[in-house]
Amino acid sequence: MIRTLMISDLHLCRGDRSLFRGLGLRIEAGEAVALTGRNGAGKTSLLRAVAGLIRPTEGEISFTDADGAPLPTEDARSRDLHFLSHQDGLKPGRTAWEELLFQVLWTGGQRTDAEAACVRLDLGRLRDLEVRKLSAGQRRRLALARLIASPRRLWLLDEPLAPLDAERRVAFGEIMAEHLAGGGLILAAVHDPLPIPTRGLEVGA
Amino acid sequence: MTGLRALLGRELALSWGRGGGALLALAFYLAMATLLPLAAGPEPARLAAVAPGSAWLALALASLLSLERLFERDYEDGALDLLALGPAPLEAVAFAKCLAQWITTSAPLALMAPVVATALGAPPDLAPITVVAALAGGLGFSFCGGIGAALSLGSRRGGVLIAVIVLPLFAPPVIFGAGAIEAFGAGLDWKTGMALLGAYSLSAVAVGPFAMAAACRNALS
Repeated sequence: MIRTLMISDLHLCRGDRSLFRGLGLRIEAGEAVALTGRNGAGKTSLLRAVAGLIRPTEGEISFTDADGAPLPTEDARSRDLHFLSHQDGLKPGRTAWEELLFQVLWTGGQRTDAEAACVRLDLGRLRDLEVRKLSAGQRRRLALARLIASPRRLWLLDEPLAPLDAERRVAFGEIMAEHLAGGGLILAAVHDPLPIPTRGLEVGA
Repeated sequence: MTGLRALLGRELALSWGRGGGALLALAFYLAMATLLPLAAGPEPARLAAVAPGSAWLALALASLLSLERLFERDYEDGALDLLALGPAPLEAVAFAKCLAQWITTSAPLALMAPVVATALGAPPDLAPITVVAALAGGLGFSFCGGIGAALSLGSRRGGVLIAVIVLPLFAPPVIFGAGAIEAFGAGLDWKTGMALLGAYSLSAVAVGPFAMAAACRNALS
């Protein structure tokens, strides 16, 4: 179980371009950090580096458990981390329920959890619709349902609220607050402030 | 395990479902079998001679058709990120994907191979060995082809690249498989060819997933 995320002296490059260097960050259980910065500053790349999808040029990303002991990085990433990118990976030709169920089972959740998440995010009427027929906001809610249905501590969110309406933003704010209260960690790239108390970090400043 | 079973189910559904490759490959196979007599001439003797070989050609080309979708779609829509972050390693993901590809594309083609070969005039007693050879060869095609599909991720005109990478790798199973069928028909030793075909496919199954996972990680980073 991830209790702390530590990033020290991180240097990220995309191609030949250096995005930022010397970035340090520590997130404890129950904390949310909002990453800000102009387009192309490297917010998404930072999230992908934490998820282990891109390799840092320099620096270290590590996770520790409740006793402060370091966790094996691969294990922590594959069992206790959700990465929600702006691409949701939902297949247009399958129904909302089929896709949600697959994502939940794949990330280690249960069928009953997926059903509960469906109710929580008000997806009941969309269940049997093909993903291609959903609006951007509905697709995002479907992607968010995975976060609640399979319990993982660290949430990496890339613009999580962008396509949601005002009411749903408040509702997702409550979900994030619950996650933090239960010992979760959130690292989110945002342009608009999140509806929960966060610490800010500007990338590429 | 639940996750991998869910993944296999999803892959099978995607492949069979709308826009999937399985029916397309079958249609391609049938079209080729229909056009062959028109192109090569309708004399039964000539058709019977080329029938077993053409079945292999169709099998190789039809598997090639559906390979482009194997990783490319998941890569483009972000699902590969999710697959990389599951409890199962990417090697297992690649294995499940190729297995699903074999079940939905190669296996139906293998079952049709003797029908098409017989329709083209091959002796019916070649049917059993044709099925076995096509099933084994199809396994090799799926797992070797998967390497090409993973290596071409993120490149423009990936389909062309897959063909260029994979076609030389497809040559040995075609030689062994078609050779074994021909030897069987002529009453010669066919077991060596089948053994080599089996060895080729099994080593593709054993080595392929590691190469595919490495290529996927490289494409994601």
